[in-house]
Amino acid sequence: MPTIQITGGRIIDPSQELDQIADLWIVDGRIADGPAAAADVVVDARGLIVAPGLIDVHVHLREPGQEDDETIATGAASALAGGVTSVACMPNTLPPIDTQATAEFVVLQGRRARQANVYPVGCVSKGRKGEELAGLGQLVAGGAVAFTDDGSPVSNAGLMRRALEYSKMFDLVIMQHCQVMELTVGGVMNEGFESMRLGLGGMPAAAEDIMVARDIRLAEITGGRLHIQHISTARAVELVREGKRRGIRVTAEACPHHFSLTDDRLRTFDSNFKMNPPLRTAEDVAAVIEGLKDGAIEILCTDHAPHAREKKMRELDQAPFGIVGLETLLPITVTHLIEPGHLSWIEALRKLTINAARLINIPKGTLKPGADADVTIIDPTTTWTVDPAQFRSKSRNTPYAGWEVRGRAHTVLVDGEIRHTLGGIVREVRSGGSPA
Amino acid sequence: MSTAPSAADSRPPAAGGPDSEPAPPVWTRKHLLGLEDLSREEILAVLDTAESFSEISNRSRKKVPALQGRIVFNLFFENSTRTRTSFSLAAKRLSADVQDFSAQVSSLSKGETFIDTAKNIEAMGCDLMVVRHPTPGAPHLLSQHVSSSIINAGDGAHEHPTQGLLDLMTIRRAKGNVEGLTVALLGDIAHSRVARSNIWGLLKLGAKVILCGPPTLVPKAMERLGCEVAYRLEDVLPRCDVINVLRIQFERQQGGLFPSVGEYSQFYMMTQERVRKAKPDLLILAPGPINRGVELTPEVADGKHSAILNQVSNGLAVRMAVLYLLSGKMDAAPPVD
Repeated sequence: MPTIQITGGRIIDPSQELDQIADLWIVDGRIADGPAAAADVVVDARGLIVAPGLIDVHVHLREPGQEDDETIATGAASALAGGVTSVACMPNTLPPIDTQATAEFVVLQGRRARQANVYPVGCVSKGRKGEELAGLGQLVAGGAVAFTDDGSPVSNAGLMRRALEYSKMFDLVIMQHCQVMELTVGGVMNEGFESMRLGLGGMPAAAEDIMVARDIRLAEITGGRLHIQHISTARAVELVREGKRRGIRVTAEACPHHFSLTDDRLRTFDSNFKMNPPLRTAEDVAAVIEGLKDGAIEILCTDHAPHAREKKMRELDQAPFGIVGLETLLPITVTHLIEPGHLSWIEALRKLTINAARLINIPKGTLKPGADADVTIIDPTTTWTVDPAQFRSKSRNTPYAGWEVRGRAHTVLVDGEIRHTLGGIVREVRSGGSPA
Repeated sequence: MSTAPSAADSRPPAAGGPDSEPAPPVWTRKHLLGLEDLSREEILAVLDTAESFSEISNRSRKKVPALQGRIVFNLFFENSTRTRTSFSLAAKRLSADVQDFSAQVSSLSKGETFIDTAKNIEAMGCDLMVVRHPTPGAPHLLSQHVSSSIINAGDGAHEHPTQGLLDLMTIRRAKGNVEGLTVALLGDIAHSRVARSNIWGLLKLGAKVILCGPPTLVPKAMERLGCEVAYRLEDVLPRCDVINVLRIQFERQQGGLFPSVGEYSQFYMMTQERVRKAKPDLLILAPGPINRGVELTPEVADGKHSAILNQVSNGLAVRMAVLYLLSGKMDAAPPVD
């Protein structure tokens, strides 16, 4: 493997509380402890940020079963284009990831793709039916890094309790999509003034809050690890904050759309603003941002949910929930969290790297010597316009089309290999090659 | 144009005299998707144009050549009798060719999308599409994918703009003006497209709007639109100039939003006794179809306060006006003998 010198960049590694201008050396696919004898490739990172490869703990890659929306290969390529070097993919596929074999299939397809690292998340329940526990141990043997029935919640409190208890055996987290289904029947957007104005079925914030409260209590009595997915309401953020104060093992994640968009966007009836949990109110957005600031929410992720164009080009109640997010995660984070001063670079990157790695127990998210050389080099100041036609994802369902944003992944390395670059900063030294 | 919203002075915009600059047309829209988007002036332009057309029904030859050669398609993805008939008749009176499309016998049952269906219809040479659909925003979606003019004939619980306009016309004709009136919408506000179009139209024309019904059907959030929300009909009756009685859909009761039709009627049915508690010149509207003995007693439905049949007549005039304006007719409506 080539020896790589990333020179002159601002290295920000939250796992070491590091924020300094320095060179980073990569030898044999790992972060080196100091300069090597000579570099085969020099990456000129002056003016750029050198960070651990970003990790997204919540993506939908649609394979197996819905390859017209996305495949593991295209989803992992989309991740790289967004600066994400590792993804944890949800098990709501066809068939669902609820056995060792299906988990191994995801791992195998991820390796074949040679893009971002792909880690499967296994189902909590067999067939995602919410009735009996899936073989969690077998899923772990197949490579699963967490468990969830995402796409729908584990509604049965007894099953959720057992899942939180049993998963302690592996010290893996139960990720929960918090939604009391009985309160959201027929809902396509947040319930409130806007849904009332538009005559659209609403999904009340309380449907999320109630299940968050229930599951935090279940985490408390079991000692299990609970992770609240795509948190979107003010009360849910407060509940997580309170749970943490009481020492309960609860974590939470937030997605860019829940800190950058509000439910009034649905006035256009554009299905690219239809997601679950739905876009909420300005007060909820402010609460999510506050939770990110004070640590109640320690992870940023996308809930990348690709859908083929013909599926989203439907009447609002027939169009599926969800948007793609991998290629807009970083710029929306920069534009809506870092630039306004809500988070510093090191705080934002902490939620995108080491916190995410710790959540799913993977040895990533750090630039410590000896670590896998997953590196994201970020241009923090570039301004660009989101053009879905340029996405590496198979799908184009984004609410950010045409937005002018700041910050972009410039060059991305996985295991010491440059797998994505916008070009212009990579120079091969030994072969005397021209700049990439 | 005249902006005096009275039946007596309700001519459509006319060009200025020979020495004056012609006033820009009030109506420049390609689609009618809802009343929320319209200005007060645009609403009045439709009502004034409708006044011109309302006389045509009284002629022996009930036809004008305004839309000769134009094709109007009724795309109804939901059952409808009166709205579809009203639009068809309105188009025919303007000499347009009218074609009905019914979802039940269409390719939708073979998996064709709503948009593809509309595109295919457009390929046959459609100028105006009258669209009814159970999903809010469906006509808006269509307007982004076809080049025909779209008229929203009701999209789920969102809007029913021509119903709102005909209600305004009925009120204006009966009361001379809308501004300053107190109008109550009674019943299932939450699921009513008629209510939403009424709210937007009435507020824009300066009426006070009271929403009355059980809390499960009258969301408190609607106060933010500038309406008053009330749960007891007796409390609001004495203040009302107009009551618009909305239809109760029985599936709402099955959904647990109120205990029984009987209990609903006990609290909210317009009876003679309740009418006596209101102003003597109370005007009662109902978009229909009405459930006699549920929302109104037969005596009230057929009584002197009721304008239900006037609404139907005015609906025809309003739909003629909308078809006329959306087909790009900026000049005055044809003179009425």
